[in-house]
Amino acid sequence: MTITTDSAKVKAMAATTNIIASERVTKTYGKGENRFTALDNVSFKVKAGESVAIIGKSGSGKSTLMHLLALMDKPTSGTIMIEGNDAGQLSGSKLDKLRNQTFGFVFQQFFLNGNASVLENVILPLKIAGVGSRARKQRGMEVLRDVELEDKAKNKANDLSGGQKQRAVIARALVNDPQIIFADEPTGNLDSATGKKVEDILFKLNQEKGITLIIVTHDEDLAKRCSRRIQIKDGKLVGDKR
Amino acid sequence: MRLIDILTTASTNMLRSKLRTSLTIIAIFVGALTLTLTNGIGAGISSYVDRQLGNLGANDVLIVQVADQNTGISSDAPKAYDPNRKTTTSGAGFSRAVLTQADITKIAAQPGVIKVQPEQSVSPDYIAGPNGSKYQVTVSQNIGAAHLDLAAGNNINDASTQNQIIIPVSYVSSLGFADAGAAVGKPVTLAVTDAFGLTTLHTGTIVGVQQKGLIGGGGVIINTSFNNELYNAQTVGLPIATKQQYAYALAYFDPAATTSQVDAIKAGLKSDGFTAQTVQDTIGVFKSVISGIIGVLDAFGIIALLAASFGIVNTLLMSVQERTKEIGLMKAMGMNSRRVFMLFSLEAVMIGFWGSLIGVVVAEIIGHLADSIVSKGLLSGLPGLQLLAFPAANVAKVMLLIMGIAFLAGTLPAWRAARQNPIDALRYE
Ligand SMILES: Nc1ncnc2c1ncn2[C@@H]1O[C@H](COP(=O)(O)OP(=O)(O)O)[C@@H](O)[C@H]1O
Ligand SMILES: [Mg+2]
Repeated sequence: MTITTDSAKVKAMAATTNIIASERVTKTYGKGENRFTALDNVSFKVKAGESVAIIGKSGSGKSTLMHLLALMDKPTSGTIMIEGNDAGQLSGSKLDKLRNQTFGFVFQQFFLNGNASVLENVILPLKIAGVGSRARKQRGMEVLRDVELEDKAKNKANDLSGGQKQRAVIARALVNDPQIIFADEPTGNLDSATGKKVEDILFKLNQEKGITLIIVTHDEDLAKRCSRRIQIKDGKLVGDKR
Repeated sequence: MRLIDILTTASTNMLRSKLRTSLTIIAIFVGALTLTLTNGIGAGISSYVDRQLGNLGANDVLIVQVADQNTGISSDAPKAYDPNRKTTTSGAGFSRAVLTQADITKIAAQPGVIKVQPEQSVSPDYIAGPNGSKYQVTVSQNIGAAHLDLAAGNNINDASTQNQIIIPVSYVSSLGFADAGAAVGKPVTLAVTDAFGLTTLHTGTIVGVQQKGLIGGGGVIINTSFNNELYNAQTVGLPIATKQQYAYALAYFDPAATTSQVDAIKAGLKSDGFTAQTVQDTIGVFKSVISGIIGVLDAFGIIALLAASFGIVNTLLMSVQERTKEIGLMKAMGMNSRRVFMLFSLEAVMIGFWGSLIGVVVAEIIGHLADSIVSKGLLSGLPGLQLLAFPAANVAKVMLLIMGIAFLAGTLPAWRAARQNPIDALRYE
C-alpha cells in the first residue's frame, strides 16, 4: 500500500493521546411532552488506533452517538473532545476542515451519486477540500486500487454491485487520508460474504495504517473483530469490553 | 471547493434533470426574447428619430415665439385681450400673437443670442424644372446648419449670396432629372405672387437632394438669400407694418453652449415674454410617446420574466429536495454552507444565462429577418429605418437583468440547501 499516513507516528500518539472522547454526553430530541432522551450521560475515551464497535438494539441511540462523535451534531449537554480539545469551542470552518480532513464516513446507505462515475464519487472530499483536478484524480485511483476497484473507476456508480458500492464508499472515506473512519452499519445492506470482504478492508486499514475505527453495528461477528465493544441500551452506556 | 469546481458541479447538476431544466430555460427564453425585441424596437426607432432630428435643424438654434398664445392644449386659462399685441390667424382659425420688429430687436439684445433671423414665410405658387412642368411646393428655410439625410449633393451654404435649393427625391423625376445625382448643380424656378397679383419667377441652383424621411422633408429647403429674394417679391405692395410681422424667429447661439447656458437664454427670453425651444425640445413629445409605448412593451417582457422566475424557484426547490442526501453528505464531508449556497444560486444564474443567451440570439435573428422583410415591403418608403437595433450594451443589460432575476429566484432554494442539517439530510428517506 502506498498511502501516506505515517503509521508509526499514529501508533506513537496512540499510547499517549485520546483521539476522541465523550464526556457525560446527553442528547435529547423534541420539547415538552415529546421530549425524548436518545443518549443519557455517556462517557468513554478512544485512543488512536483502536477499533471500537458500538453495539445495541435498533433505536438504542447508536447512530445518534456516532453523529455526535463525528461532530455532525451538538450534544444537549456534555462535551466531545478531539485530541484533548473541546470540539464545542471550534468555529464552523474549523469543524468543516476537521470533518473533511480527519474523518472518513461509511454509511449503511451508500450515498453515492449514481449517475457520476465511481472515480468522481470517490474524489468528492478532495473536491470539497479544494485539491486540484489532476492531483485528486491520481489520489482517487490510488485509493480505488486499495479497495480493488480501479477497473471500475470510469463506470457509473449505479452499475456497481452492493459490495462494490460499499468498497467505493470506503475508498471515498479513505481519499482524504483520515485518522478516524466512522462507519454506520457498513455491512447492514450486504450479504455475509461481501460483508466479510468489506470488513477485511476496514480492519486491514486499521492494522496497517493505524486508522481508528468507530463502527456502529448489530452484527455480532463484526463486533467481535473489534478491539473494543461499547454497548448502548436505551441511550445509556451499559458495557465497555476490550 | 474551488470556484471552477463549483461552476462545473453547478452545470452538471443543471443538466441532471434535462427536461425540467429545458422547460425552465424556455420560460426564461420567452421573457428574454420579449425584452430584447422591445428594446431592439426602442433602440431602432430612437436612433432613426435621432437621425431624422438632424433633418429638422441644428442644435445651435432656438425657435422663438410670443409667449401668450392660446394654441395647443397646454394653456391653463385664456389670456386677456391686449390691444397692443398684434395677432395673426393661422390655418385652423387659431389666432396667435406675432413677433414685430421691436420684438426682434429685443430678442437680439438677449445675452447669449448671436443672431436673430425672423421667419419670413414664403409660399410659392409652383416649382418648375428643366421640363417645364409646374408642381405645388412648400418651402422651408434652412434652419441653421441642419444635418440633412442627403441622397446626393451637399448641404446648403447659408452664407452664400447665391440662391441655393435642396429638393426632395420625390421631385427628381417629376422635374425632369434622370436621377438625384443628375439634379445637383441644375437650376430650378420658383414662382411667387405679390399683393397686386403679379407673379414673378426666381431661379435657384440645386445643391442637394434630400432623402425621404419620417419627419421633415417633403418640401424644398432654400438658403437665406433665396428666401429673402422670394419674401421681398411676395410682399411687394404690403404696408411695412404687415411686412414686418413674423410667426417666429430663429435665435442663434454659440454651438458650443452647454445645456445650462441654453437654459439661461431660454429663461431670459421667457422673462421678456417669449417662448424659446430648441428643435430637440419640439421633438421631445414625439420621443416621449415612443418611449412610453416601448415602456409598455417592456412591462410585458418583465411580466414574462417574473413568471419564469417562479419556474426557477420551483425547479431548484425540486432539485434541492431531490438532492437532500447529497447535500447532507457534502456538508458532512466538510463543505461549508456558503459554498452550498453558491452551488445552487450559480445553478440558477446559469439557467438565467442560457435562457437569456438563447433569447437574445433568437431576437437578433428575428430582428434581421424583420428588417429585411419590412424594408422591402411595408416601410420601404422610409429608407434608413432599421426597425430593430441591438447595441451590445443593451443586450448585455438585458442579459444581466435576467441573470440578476434568476439569482434572486435562486436564493430561496439555495438558502434552503445551505441551512440543511447533515444528519437530517442523511436520515432523510
Ligand atoms: N431528529 C430526531 N428527532 C426525534 N427523535 C430522534 C431523532 N433522531 C433520532 N431520534 C430517536 O432517537 C432514538 C435513537 O435513534 P438512533 O440513534 O438512530 O438509533 P439506532 O441508530 O441505535 O438505531 C430513536 O428512538 C429515534 O427515534
Ligand atoms: Mg442507526
